Amino acid sequence: MNEAAATMTTPPPPRVEGTDALVRVRNLKMYFPVTEGTLISRVVAHVKAVDGISFDIRKGETLGLVGESGCGKTTTGRCILQLETATGGEIWFDGQELNTLSKAEMRPLRQRIQVIFQDPYSSLNPRMKIGQIIAEPMMVHGIITDRGERDARVRELLELCGLNPKFADRYPHEMSGGQRQRVGIARALAVNPEFIICDEAVSALDVSIQAQVINLLEDLRDEFELTYLFISHDLSVVHHLCHRVAVMYLGHIIELAGTEELFANPLHPYTQGLLEAVPIPDPIVERARAHQVIKGEIPSPINPPSGCVFHPRCPKAVDGCKVNMPEFREIKPGHWVACTEV
Amino acid sequence: MTKLLEIRDLKTQFFTSAGVVRAVDGITYDVAPGETVAVVGESGCGKSVSAMSILRLIPDPPGRIVAGSIMFDGKDLLALSEAEMREVRGRDIGMIFQEPMTSLNPVLTIERQITETLEEHLDVSKAAARQKALEMLNLVGISDPERRLKQYPHHLSGGMRQRVMIAMALACGPKLIIADEPTTALDVTIQAQILELMKELTRKLGVALIIITHNLGVVARYADRVNVMYAGRIIESGDAVQIYHNPKHPYTLALLRSVPRMDQARGQKLRPVSGQPPDLTKLDEGCAFRPRCDFATEQCARAAPALEEVEPGHISACWEKAKVGLVEAVG
Repeated sequence: MNEAAATMTTPPPPRVEGTDALVRVRNLKMYFPVTEGTLISRVVAHVKAVDGISFDIRKGETLGLVGESGCGKTTTGRCILQLETATGGEIWFDGQELNTLSKAEMRPLRQRIQVIFQDPYSSLNPRMKIGQIIAEPMMVHGIITDRGERDARVRELLELCGLNPKFADRYPHEMSGGQRQRVGIARALAVNPEFIICDEAVSALDVSIQAQVINLLEDLRDEFELTYLFISHDLSVVHHLCHRVAVMYLGHIIELAGTEELFANPLHPYTQGLLEAVPIPDPIVERARAHQVIKGEIPSPINPPSGCVFHPRCPKAVDGCKVNMPEFREIKPGHWVACTEV
Repeated sequence: MTKLLEIRDLKTQFFTSAGVVRAVDGITYDVAPGETVAVVGESGCGKSVSAMSILRLIPDPPGRIVAGSIMFDGKDLLALSEAEMREVRGRDIGMIFQEPMTSLNPVLTIERQITETLEEHLDVSKAAARQKALEMLNLVGISDPERRLKQYPHHLSGGMRQRVMIAMALACGPKLIIADEPTTALDVTIQAQILELMKELTRKLGVALIIITHNLGVVARYADRVNVMYAGRIIESGDAVQIYHNPKHPYTLALLRSVPRMDQARGQKLRPVSGQPPDLTKLDEGCAFRPRCDFATEQCARAAPALEEVEPGHISACWEKAKVGLVEAVG
């Protein structure tokens, strides 16, 4: 992507080169081809999973990326991890542009960027013992070569994540969902990363176990000065854990602000509807709320609406919304929104 | 008020190679006509098995209802023959499950899904059943119902499928609907739509609703009464405000302290219970929650406490209930 194209987009928080942004994403696009035909397949359409998003993550910050199914939040995480080759845009990590790096150049960076997945049942190899699972990334990156030292480090990581060090000799099927998620966290920490992408990391867990894992993620963040990209559909958890929040809808970031500001003063009609839809665990508070529901369903990203992607469901839509996707603009310091009717 | 459903000391067990799983271990509660009762708890607490027991849908083997009674509208459901029970299911008691994709038949059209129940239970003609199916789709807010009737479940989105499930559950005019995690698989805006629809329709039609969920927010928004389950038992029961603002069981308190709330200031630590739920094959005579409980005493190991009243309409099963209920958990 050339410089001209990069400057055409409006980057959120106006942080320029070399400041405290650890991760910088500019005009990221990820289109998946839809093909037809078995022998001679041809591309008939594209799923615009991510359609030109820009954001920064500062060192030590937790940025929440929220939205409903198919909004592109997971694809964004996979692009940063270089698990997908982005269709367009730039991803910078600590001053290096990831999409220009070779595999060999990328390898040392992989050690600094780790991921925790949602499903603790499918993200651990069932044939490996917990100790091997946690030691594997250390071996891949050649961090601790001595076996005894490595085993000691595995035990230390298990304890750090609130597990009995004896679990090193067990298999994943012998553990509960919450324990497995702790193993996933221990594995991510094994290579001393700076930046962790948590993709729905607590979504599959029961409330009391979820709270334990949230506390663990917070403690680790404080202890190791970690930076998180916290991808989730659960707004209450995002409110609790994140410093700033970006709201996605159909491949676009439609609002981005500091957490307090976003929850107290949501500006985009979608954010407003989304917050209204989240039930608060207090019957007295609930009885006082209006319960305005967003009508309709999320359109298909293969054939997204013209203009603003939210306009078919939007209570405030005007004619202009059908024509152009609104510019993502800074309405007040640090509060960005893509809506003309604010 | 006369009760629609009275469950007394219901016990459902599963006989597995690992031992006897006491999934539901003596639960007692009532549902009044038109009332919305929530059964809340975490995975494995027995909330779904208790609902399946009401419908007598426990797979045998390995499961069996071993004790108790379920009186529904004057009938003892546990004494009915299988044929009589089939009459009750779908006609007097409707069901809504979590996964609308797996609970709809993939090879039947939407029309057939709905008319099958109607023809089975109500002895109506094909044309009348079709007319009723159209009405039901309209009622649950599905646009273009004529076209939808001809479609198959895979043509519909998750929210649409759940609307079809609600249409099916309501089609025969039931007195009670049992909804097991009806919105857990749905996105939050769609969840809000479906819950509003269920609330509106059950109130309009005077249908009682048992909603089984792990989501404390959903319970707070929709339930009149709340039963909290842990390890196969109801450990606390009361109206929603009592449970959320004056919890009298340490587990309820811990649950409320575990949920982050977006209407409160950030920066407070969550205070969940430590440890894991118990193995249901290894329950002893003591309170099942005591290994994780901050209030536990020696008495808790000797015997499990019974549900006792703490205020009118509010019961808790805890020896130390007088000490529990510091309301700082809920603002």
